[in-house]
Amino acid sequence: MIKFFLMVNKQGQTRLSRYYEHVEIHKRTMLEAEVIKHCLSRSKDQCSFIEYKDFKLVYRQYAALFVVVGINETENEMAVYELIHNFVEVLDKYFSRVVSETFLLLNVGQELHG
Amino acid sequence: MPAPIRLRELIRTIRTARTQAEEREMIQKECAAIRSSFREEDNTYRCRNVAKLLYMHMLGYPAHFGQLECLKLIASQKFTDKRIGYLGAMLLLDERQDVHLLMTNCIKNDLNHSTQYVQGLALCTLGCMGSSEMCRDLAGEVEKLLKTSNSYLRKKAALCAVHVIRKVPELMEMFLPATKNLLNEKNHGVLHTSVVLLTEMCERSPDMLAHFRKVSLVPQLVRILKNLIMSGYSPEHDVSGISDPFLQVRILRLLRILGRNDDDSSEAMNDILAQVATNTETSKNVGNAILYETVLTIMDIKSESGLRVLAINILGRFLLNNDKNIRYVALTSLLKTVQTDHNAVQRHRSTIVDCLKDLDVSIKRRAMELSFALVNGNNVRGMMKELLYFLDSCEPEFKADCASGIFLAAEKYAPSKRWHIDTIMRVLTTAGSYVRDDAVPNLIQLITNSVEMHAYTVQRLYKAILGDYSQQPLVQVASWCIGEYGDLLVSGQCEEEEPIQVTEDEVLDILESVLISNMSASVTRGYALTAIMKLSTRFTCTVNRIKKVVSIYGSSIDVELQQRAVEYNALFKKYDHMRPALLERMPVMEKATTNGPTEIVQTNGETEPAALETKPPSTGLQPTSQANDLLDLLGGNDITPVIPTAPSSKPASAGGELLDLLGDLNLPGSPVSAPAPQISQPPFLLDGLSSQPLFNDIAAGIPSITAYSKNGLKIDFTFERSNTNPSVTVITIQASNSTELDMTDFVFQAAVPKTFQLQLLSPSSSVIPAFNSGTITQVIKVLNPQKQQLRMRIKLTYNHKGSAMQDLAEVNNFPPQSWQ
Repeated sequence: MIKFFLMVNKQGQTRLSRYYEHVEIHKRTMLEAEVIKHCLSRSKDQCSFIEYKDFKLVYRQYAALFVVVGINETENEMAVYELIHNFVEVLDKYFSRVVSETFLLLNVGQELHG
Repeated sequence: MPAPIRLRELIRTIRTARTQAEEREMIQKECAAIRSSFREEDNTYRCRNVAKLLYMHMLGYPAHFGQLECLKLIASQKFTDKRIGYLGAMLLLDERQDVHLLMTNCIKNDLNHSTQYVQGLALCTLGCMGSSEMCRDLAGEVEKLLKTSNSYLRKKAALCAVHVIRKVPELMEMFLPATKNLLNEKNHGVLHTSVVLLTEMCERSPDMLAHFRKVSLVPQLVRILKNLIMSGYSPEHDVSGISDPFLQVRILRLLRILGRNDDDSSEAMNDILAQVATNTETSKNVGNAILYETVLTIMDIKSESGLRVLAINILGRFLLNNDKNIRYVALTSLLKTVQTDHNAVQRHRSTIVDCLKDLDVSIKRRAMELSFALVNGNNVRGMMKELLYFLDSCEPEFKADCASGIFLAAEKYAPSKRWHIDTIMRVLTTAGSYVRDDAVPNLIQLITNSVEMHAYTVQRLYKAILGDYSQQPLVQVASWCIGEYGDLLVSGQCEEEEPIQVTEDEVLDILESVLISNMSASVTRGYALTAIMKLSTRFTCTVNRIKKVVSIYGSSIDVELQQRAVEYNALFKKYDHMRPALLERMPVMEKATTNGPTEIVQTNGETEPAALETKPPSTGLQPTSQANDLLDLLGGNDITPVIPTAPSSKPASAGGELLDLLGDLNLPGSPVSAPAPQISQPPFLLDGLSSQPLFNDIAAGIPSITAYSKNGLKIDFTFERSNTNPSVTVITIQASNSTELDMTDFVFQAAVPKTFQLQLLSPSSSVIPAFNSGTITQVIKVLNPQKQQLRMRIKLTYNHKGSAMQDLAEVNNFPPQSWQ
């Protein structure tokens, strides 16, 4: 089961977040900060799955933006990895321009629905 | 009032903020503006304001005052309002807030709206945050929408149904009729969500699972999967050359659930699994994702062995892949399957061991766990070398687990005692500070039991701490050994290695420096002090020095050390005659549990030695066939098969206030020995005390008897009584053979009357050599609370001169001192 879906930039600013389970609002910021810290500390030749607390993080980097999905153990990690890419491709098609932070930023309302 | 700014403006403004404080200020200003706008009940701009509020909520600022506004937006007629309103409801509201129930009516109306998009919005919101009350009220509507022909609505309704089932499991039956036709759709969206719904139902309820197996869901799924694989390129479902991989993965997962523990279903899907496994393209990540799911499914259902081998080979191929993600996934799956398909996984052992050197932390951890699972008697030397090398170079977070794993594996599969000790030494010196605390007593016990290696062990340990005594577990083990075997160390006798020349003073130097050092923990100091004390009986010329050291610590600040020192002082002064006996060499400790190939033959109704420590005596015993034999033996009703008791962990003590003193000591060793009951006494101070023969023979010389003598086989009983527990009698039997041929497979069984309890410990061997050249010893403990006359019936089975012999006898000649 997917627990959350995050898009965070390298400086740690959240560009998009969607939680599928209830998480307290102040805990969310802490979680996001820790998650981005883990992702930033990974090098290029390490795998995209991180074990974090009692669930897994699947992350993928697109330029300056990290897309991170938190999953529990019932999910197929590689399928989620593909899902992330699919989602980014969809965004790209929909906004018909190169995906960059700015465009995600400015179209937040539409993405949250998507 | 000027029109509130648009969301985009707000975002642009916030982006210009250079610090967190600036950002907070901007947001607070905007929040204030939004609040006043809400108060004015402004309909035109409400939508805009709520959108801004949602953005601020996403950044982490509180936005609860917008909840009612969301409800107002939902109730509006405009689609844009509804859209933002429902979004806000999903993000800001959940069942913890009371206001959410106000939404129920709105949602109900919207579920019946004429526009499908509005209906879709309502379904989404209900499926996201609906509480159980809302779900109960609206489940009927959802079910109706599940049967509609509009695929857009159908797929959303299916997901909403999943949420309803999660919240209110009793409503599952309601959705059952609608599921009949779900899989007949062409639309992949509907198919996907239907498979999710079916998966959820099967996972939640075994009845549903049985029902779906019966209505031949599996053939339907197989058909759909086949179409997906066989169909040509379809642009709307294509991902890197594979048609709708997400749906394929979902179907495979549902097949896994259906096939688990069910032979018929598993058989129906064997073909399609083989087909997917062989036809899927592996060059891209997508293909590998599908293969991964297939492998998981194959391992979980009752597949045929050919298929399982195929699955493991796929995993092996994954391991060789360059992509890290795939290797990680392969290692994880191999770990799951290593229990069941051990041999197949062994084939990939070398690749797995290579993964230990990978740079990625997650892969290293998986490889380490898998390596431990693969160690067996044949490959233990090679594997250990790799694992020790890994221990040297791995990150600190792994070292504790790795060390524990190495100890366990070494204990199970050690090819020789010397190798075992060497391995332990290596671990202690490389990762000494990461070794777990409970490993120390286990190691000490191990060293005690390998009698011939004592000199070698103590020499190596001495050399190890000469240079560096900062690693606590190493120092603890080393101090203990030096204390025990110090005489071997200074006498310089060691067959295995070049003996080193050590004087008594040098040994005392090192122990004293451990005592003084700041790096030593209080526990370690305790060990060192006790070791010094023990050396007073083993060393000859430095006793005065030892006395001095001990008396210094009599005023130590550390209470533990002080108590010990004071008591040792007393030992020197008043009880000097007892000192040698007390500080005698430790006897070989009996192990009640075994972790490896050595067997304990329990002949009194219990087959599992491990059960001795885990099962309390009352749950013990279902009579096994052996016990039944005994019952036949015994015939009478007054004798029951014996029930073993847990080994008593009372050290024997001879009287005297000294020992009461010592008995009260809370030794650091003793809490540790509690979880490991096989160590029946703390290995420190009470060394000499626990050697029962010493005191009991002095205290009460009980004559030994010949219990049985026939056909050249003689069995003698020698007795000891415990003084702390007068109802326990310890009988040591010695079996000897005066014929000219050996007796093999010797088994001794005993039964006692009902009022007694008996415990048989392991025999020293099962072969009695001929011509009285050796004996078998076995210890029996008898509990006789009512002090009745001891009687015993014994049964002997052995092989002699090529034929199996068996005999029964009764032993009645127990001396009165053994039971009174």
